[in-house]
Amino acid sequence: MGVDGGVPASGPWLVRTITGVWKGVFKVSVMLAMTYLAAQLLSAALPAADYRSLPLLGNRTAVWIVAELHLMFAAFVLGVPIFALITEIIGMATRERRYDDLAREFTRLLAMAYTLTAVLGCVLLVLFLALYPKFTTYMSSIFKPTWLLYLVLIFGEVIVAYLYWYTWDALQGARKRWHILIGLLVNLWGTALLFVADAWVTFMMSPAGIDEANNPTSLWAAATNLTWMPINIHRLLANVAFGGAIAAAYAAFRFLAADSDEERARFDWMGYVGSFIAIGAFIPLPFAGYWLGREIYQFSEQMGVSMMGGGFSWLWILQAMIIGSLFFAANVYLWLGMGRIPGGERYTRFQVPMMLVLTLGFLVWATPRSIIATGAEMAAMGGSHHPFLGLFGVMAAKNTAVNLMILTTFLSFMLYRRGNRVPTVSWTLAGKAAQSLAILIAAGVVVGYGVYSYFVPSIVRIGFSLYQVAAVLVAMAVFVAIDIPLLKGAREIGVIRWGAIPERAQYALFFLAISFTWLMGLMGYIRSGIRQYWHIYGRVADESANAYTMTHGDATLIVSSIVVVFFLLVSAVFAMALRDGRKV
Amino acid sequence: MVRWTFALALGLWLAVFATLRLFIIPPAPVSVLTIYMTLVTVAILLFVMANEARWQGFLAPPRAVFAGRVSRPVQVTVLAGLPILVGFVAHLRLTPTWDAPFEPRVVHPQPPSSFTIQGRRIELAALTNPLRSDPAALDQRIAEGKTIYYRNCFFCHGDALAGDGPFAQVFRPLPANFRDVGTISMLQESFVFWRVATGGPGLPKGATPWHSAMPVWQQFLAEEEIWKAILFIYAGSGSTPRTWEEGTADVNRH
Repeated sequence: MGVDGGVPASGPWLVRTITGVWKGVFKVSVMLAMTYLAAQLLSAALPAADYRSLPLLGNRTAVWIVAELHLMFAAFVLGVPIFALITEIIGMATRERRYDDLAREFTRLLAMAYTLTAVLGCVLLVLFLALYPKFTTYMSSIFKPTWLLYLVLIFGEVIVAYLYWYTWDALQGARKRWHILIGLLVNLWGTALLFVADAWVTFMMSPAGIDEANNPTSLWAAATNLTWMPINIHRLLANVAFGGAIAAAYAAFRFLAADSDEERARFDWMGYVGSFIAIGAFIPLPFAGYWLGREIYQFSEQMGVSMMGGGFSWLWILQAMIIGSLFFAANVYLWLGMGRIPGGERYTRFQVPMMLVLTLGFLVWATPRSIIATGAEMAAMGGSHHPFLGLFGVMAAKNTAVNLMILTTFLSFMLYRRGNRVPTVSWTLAGKAAQSLAILIAAGVVVGYGVYSYFVPSIVRIGFSLYQVAAVLVAMAVFVAIDIPLLKGAREIGVIRWGAIPERAQYALFFLAISFTWLMGLMGYIRSGIRQYWHIYGRVADESANAYTMTHGDATLIVSSIVVVFFLLVSAVFAMALRDGRKV
Repeated sequence: MVRWTFALALGLWLAVFATLRLFIIPPAPVSVLTIYMTLVTVAILLFVMANEARWQGFLAPPRAVFAGRVSRPVQVTVLAGLPILVGFVAHLRLTPTWDAPFEPRVVHPQPPSSFTIQGRRIELAALTNPLRSDPAALDQRIAEGKTIYYRNCFFCHGDALAGDGPFAQVFRPLPANFRDVGTISMLQESFVFWRVATGGPGLPKGATPWHSAMPVWQQFLAEEEIWKAILFIYAGSGSTPRTWEEGTADVNRH
């Protein structure tokens, strides 16, 4: 994409835009045509079979790796435009040029990422057709119309995305809102693509719209099955978090490689904005996750128990470890960032209670329900269930812990925001007291319902988690609603010294990006793995040699390898974008 | 205060370790203790790192040791002591013991989609307790379930339904404690029915070893008797079965 800045608003930019969009459309058309040809050739050349086997990697691992990489790049190309649009809107609202530059810098990365996403998608399609012909034919019999819709959406997405990039400089100033509109279209198109693809994936988990003999009865019912919307929302939020985290990691790399204080200041700020958006989107993510989990249980208790209490439950401990570490990293990054804010030292004393809450929350979250124990330990406990620690292994405790951790992280953000500012309004004391009260009441509601939920049936307990979430969200809303007028016209103690942050803070940003990616891989495996020996749960069995659940060790090795490959590819995208940028 | 950061961090770590080791009864298994102490170590280190003054204060003592700014005996003690400590821990971890190996047992086995009871195939997803359909007769059914419980289940699961019957102590793991919020109150009645009807031998092979001594109760009790006993264990333990909103089961099947 690498075009220069300051393109005039008439003549060449229009030609360049049309050429650019045409190139994008041509590229996608060639890829799709090649995929079609490859699939046709393979179908004709290979002997007819329900399954064919791929040497070396094997069917399942090959599809797994390509599908996960495709999904990660898809998350990147869906997440980055959301991130770019948010920063662009902030830039327009605050009239700060640097936000616009930041949005532009990341949009530059999209072309290469789109290409990689499309290539991986095409390879995946060929793999499905070649290795799982019977299953793919069955899916096609139900979802063929959506495949055509998907094609239309792909072309639409390519066109608006290229338009978004090429019109960047032409649609500035008074015409900025038109550019924002194109940005919105990019995101709407992207979201539509996500929703269509989710229909296929979720149908495999919670099939609907088919009769007892598996014949399609309703495409709409098949697409809008029980887990469709929860996954849509979960992935949408996760994509924003992911886009922000990748942006922050990119900024961290540029910060560490910077030659001048000016560059360091720029990338320090960029890392902060990226992490802010990532964590902002990350905070409601567990709530969307609960919804998805609940729908899975409702569809099939067997699948739900496999996921949370059965064979896959230990992977949730890994998930808890990663998410807990994310909370740690986010808070530590903010606290380190306070060092570059004159006046930030006023809030250092809050770090002790905040770290205490985070650590206790993390300990509760990481407490396994099924404890691994030696024979002697089991004899002492009377089984694999510890009479005291077992209290922390259930959702009642974990919901309480995660809500308190979210509240603490929110508080860190708010204190950071207040770092160098002293409110000057006459009602400062009352405002701060109301804010403290909002947080305390929310914490009280969370802990109160958490304890109470041990004494009520499951269905009531699940309802309580909504009250806990609502209390946290209301407290956040009240806090922010007071904070905005409170800090209006606030006295500044000093200017934020962007760039004056210890280098180790940048590793927290790397950690955010790697953890988000790792989580996507791990959670994706759990979601897919709980189908066990079914292609389509309860309906179409996997009759291949791969119809078994891997050991956790092998599965997590594959997940981790995918994360490594993804970061190698992303680094290549960054390197090429940097090279293009330097050419200009 | 900052100059004592290292000592405070070390002291805190030891205090937490001692608390977890001594005050959790029965003792926390090593696997859990390892998770906890790893997290506590990370938390302490991150907290120290999160502030420049604290971080420098924390680094000062180790720097002094390695740069030779402390007395020779202190330097020798630390530099020789650390490898000895690591070696000792490695020795403890590697020394063979007579203990049985770790067992990655999960609390809730995953139920099958269908199973056979007295020659009849039952789909678990659609299964509900038929005795709940007549609320007027519920108390009577619970009373009958109580009799069945005391004739068959009491010996292991106990008078108070707390998994502490007269035979309980000979089993590892102990029989289920129905008063524990993590047992039957987390499960649908259909799950409990499957567990009672098929017993230990009916557990899935996917996550062995189970070591469940639960008999296959369908060989001794009629289907309705099992449902009655289930009614009683919920009523008697003061818990209620897990349920979902009405109507959702139908949605799932289409």
